[in-house]
Amino acid sequence: MNGNRAWSWIVILLGSLYFLLPLAGMFEFSMRMKRDGYSFEAYRVVLADPQFQHTFGYSIVLALLTIVLGALIVVPTAYWVRLRLPSARPVIEFITLLPLVIPPIVIVFGYIRIYNTSSILPLTGSWWGTNILTLFGYATLALPYMYRAVDTGLRTIDVATLTEAAQSLGASWTRILATVILPNVLISVLSGAFLTFAIVIGEYVFAALLNINSFGPFMVWMGGNRAYEPSALAVIAFIITWACMGLIQLVTRFSKFSAARR
Amino acid sequence: MAFLDINHLEKSFGAVHVVKDFNLAIDKGEFVSFLGPSGCGKTTVLRMVAGFETPSSGSIRINGQDVTNLRPNQRNIGMVFQAYALFPNLTVAQNIGFGLRVAGKPRAEIDDRVADMLKLIGLPGLDERYPFQLSGGQQQRVALARALAAKPRVLLLDEPLSALDAKIRVNLREEIRLIQRELGITTIFVTHDQEEALSMSDRVVVMHQGIADQVGTPFEIYNRPATRFVAQFVGTLNLIGASVIDAKAGKIKVGDVPVALNRALPITADGKVSLALRPETVSLGRHEGRNVVLSGRIAEVHFLGSVIRVRVQVGGEFVSLDTFNRPDAPPPEVGSTVQISVSERDLLTLAA
Repeated sequence: MNGNRAWSWIVILLGSLYFLLPLAGMFEFSMRMKRDGYSFEAYRVVLADPQFQHTFGYSIVLALLTIVLGALIVVPTAYWVRLRLPSARPVIEFITLLPLVIPPIVIVFGYIRIYNTSSILPLTGSWWGTNILTLFGYATLALPYMYRAVDTGLRTIDVATLTEAAQSLGASWTRILATVILPNVLISVLSGAFLTFAIVIGEYVFAALLNINSFGPFMVWMGGNRAYEPSALAVIAFIITWACMGLIQLVTRFSKFSAARR
Repeated sequence: MAFLDINHLEKSFGAVHVVKDFNLAIDKGEFVSFLGPSGCGKTTVLRMVAGFETPSSGSIRINGQDVTNLRPNQRNIGMVFQAYALFPNLTVAQNIGFGLRVAGKPRAEIDDRVADMLKLIGLPGLDERYPFQLSGGQQQRVALARALAAKPRVLLLDEPLSALDAKIRVNLREEIRLIQRELGITTIFVTHDQEEALSMSDRVVVMHQGIADQVGTPFEIYNRPATRFVAQFVGTLNLIGASVIDAKAGKIKVGDVPVALNRALPITADGKVSLALRPETVSLGRHEGRNVVLSGRIAEVHFLGSVIRVRVQVGGEFVSLDTFNRPDAPPPEVGSTVQISVSERDLLTLAA
């Protein structure tokens, strides 16, 4: 082994320690709720907490709805831009990047200002309204990931020719989108979807300021009031996120017709 | 009235005038090729018939119905693309049945039709394959079956053989023609390959700079080219200069040899005329019935297998001629002096 290689390994080792030690420490701490040795007591307490079940369930539903809404906005947009408005692509890309540039707290203050109870559209005045507002806000946050993923997916197929082939066979726009375009970019939509899922599950700013009872505020509340449970909760959140990443890989690998495109 | 009627079709993209006053009447069951170099507007005309481009002016009628302003999915036209354009997420059977499913046909009818089409293109048993599991030739066959499955009024083929290798190309073009004859479907075939156009078509439209230079049977196009472009684009052609002695009587002089063409010639200012002749109409040596005899020197000899192409320098010009290869007669040697002969009726005078 020469010197360069040794250095590479040392850097990798240091990097791994930097990332893994806090995780290991947190995991170890979360296991020490009982004084007489390691146990999963903290996890049991967290999972048995009705508040956890409620907020987590709520966030999952919200995340799934965000994915559906995001796909409904992004897929037709990205498709149309590729097909008919290639010159508008930089503009659309810039718009979809805005949620990364503008902090969520600014966005949510804007929402509250425009949709408050004394506005024309008083969304924050009702339970439904607040939820819809949150959903739309999350779809905005998901835009950068969704759009990029779908646009990359569209690049792998000949959008223009496939569209023309479908048109000459009598298909309408909705039919083309549903049976030709969407199935071919489904993997991209899914990879965008899992990222969206991971973001929405842990989102705090929107939830706290719109005062909704989701998983993010629950984690923060728990962090301020308990000792061992927050660590257990963080580990659970980590596992969920990593499972999402793993699912992206799995779905991509087992898609039966995508082999030719890789 | 013709089945497919294209009248005064024009198309401009911005300042570029791509198709100029294009007129064509195609009979039911006819196989017509659009032949021309890239950028001549042939694909644009095809795409206007399909509905993918809107004409700047003019009209397209199919079976008496004006389709100029109909959307592509309302025209009932089958189209085959150069890039196959099979739906990658659907199996062969689902691809072929796509148009029928869109039309809301019952399941059993779709299955029957798909089985028929697979038999027609000679690929039974491949119905569960995905496009990426097929070769290029097989994909294009499936694309043809998909285009034909919904019984379209017109079949449009946009350079369908260009992406395939030589041998498959020849096989498939024979198959396409057979299937087209069997179904009797009105077909437009776009190609830049003259061999494809001449061998497959009932009629050929030679296009040049957005204009249909000549419309005719392959025989007419090859033997009686209407313009200089058609003559040069289709087949190989020799152009030789001659001086006009008597335009009305058709008397000219090629080099020092006086020739009577026995047909009136266009009067030119400089008294010169350009004559075109195909390599296969010129022979080495003197032959009966070929009264125009010229002397020259062999410049090049190309052995092509069944045919030997010889380039002979006559005065300041070169004439290519083809002779059949015969094992007992070796090709002439470069540099030797020869006589070549041609019949005066094979000397074509070109308009433009």
